[in-house]
Amino acid sequence: MNVLRFLTQNRGQVLELAGEHLWLVGWSTLFAMLIGIPLGILIAHRKRWNGPVLTGANIIQTIPSLALFGFLLPVPWLGERSDRLAILALTLYALLPIIRNTYAGIRGVDAAVVEAGRGMGLTESQLLLQVELPLAISVILSGVRIAVVVSVGLATIAAAIGAGGLGEFIFRGLAMVDNRVILAGAIPAAMLALLADFGVGWIERRLKPR
Amino acid sequence: MQAEGTNSAIEFQNVCYRVDSTQVLAGLSLSVARGETLVLLGRSGSGKTTTLKLVNRLVSPTSGEVFVNGERNDQVDVIRLRRGIGYVIQEVGLFPHFTIERNIGLVPRIEGWSEERIRERVRELLQLVGLGAEIAARYPHQLSGGQRQRVGVARALAADPEILLMDEPFGALDPLTRDELQREFLGLQQRLHKTVVFVTHDLREALRLGSRIALMEAGKLVTVLAPQEFLKSSDPWASAYVQAFGDGLESAANRGTS
Repeated sequence: MNVLRFLTQNRGQVLELAGEHLWLVGWSTLFAMLIGIPLGILIAHRKRWNGPVLTGANIIQTIPSLALFGFLLPVPWLGERSDRLAILALTLYALLPIIRNTYAGIRGVDAAVVEAGRGMGLTESQLLLQVELPLAISVILSGVRIAVVVSVGLATIAAAIGAGGLGEFIFRGLAMVDNRVILAGAIPAAMLALLADFGVGWIERRLKPR
Repeated sequence: MQAEGTNSAIEFQNVCYRVDSTQVLAGLSLSVARGETLVLLGRSGSGKTTTLKLVNRLVSPTSGEVFVNGERNDQVDVIRLRRGIGYVIQEVGLFPHFTIERNIGLVPRIEGWSEERIRERVRELLQLVGLGAEIAARYPHQLSGGQRQRVGVARALAADPEILLMDEPFGALDPLTRDELQREFLGLQQRLHKTVVFVTHDLREALRLGSRIALMEAGKLVTVLAPQEFLKSSDPWASAYVQAFGDGLESAANRGTS
């Protein structure tokens, strides 16, 4: 098959682009977790913040990705390096599933369990760390899983602003009207998505409470 | 700190509690003596659970004061207050991701007891509530309802609190298991002499377990009576209860006081 031959012939470049791709997805997922999980915890406990935070994350999600990359381009520090910009945009997109699942996971913890814990004299942080988070962890991680898979797909668009990644092949193939080159970007990207899905799923199962 | 009611473990002074415009409790004054089992009896929505939660401050009164061991409970550290009060609820609320041993030993552990001492205490408590030591390594979902509620009681007793709050602890159990646990509760109470506040809507249970019964209706305390007095009471609410439950109450009351 032509695509396969193209991939093996260019395997050095494929690996390099896949590495860039992972770099973008890895950092953005990490940042999204660092922001999204605390926000999810916050809105699970403070109902007042619930509306604004989820609406904000929803609105971000509705911005077309190409447009978001374009909007961020003139921003001073960010615009200097396109990978920073891509990471920021991907972080923003990854927020919604992570916030939503953290919120749902914590709200889903049996109210009687939380009440018993509070009544026994656990502090709010003990309650969070020893009861709520361990019981919500698999729901939170399935949010991360969704975020990662979506990010792998979205990161292909980062090539449009020169941030690299497997999207390079896709855009090059589009310009050259060469399906082989498009697939050389698309197939490894799909494999990365599957791999990431499997990886986070594995962690999720290992951490699942009985 | 006022010294009034020095010998009562818990004292409510003119407590009101409202949520928005709903008056949940109105002018509640009640004292619970050290070592007694006070039963809060009433139907759903009468305010008994709210009264119970006022003690460990899961609920704070809109007005009035609650004293625990002679001190206003809003002037002591809430975490310390709660760790000195055992709390048992109908849904039990065992931590599903902890073994039975960790469930029972949780408060001792965060209080910094040594592992050795915690293990010893867990073994002692399991025996006290009539469970085998082999259960310690299991998870809550591997236990029957009756066993779970026993673990709930053991967990509440873990740090040896003087006060025990029990919110319909046997309400969800089948009649045979309930009977068994009530009997064990009486035996336990004869040995431990805790101050117990016990919520139920079951008059038979109230007569059997209570040293006194506080009858509540629509957020108000109707009357406080010993089990024998309750049966003879001419109070309309009390006699309505007695009538609703029908025959065989005498024996329950006798078992409770003997």
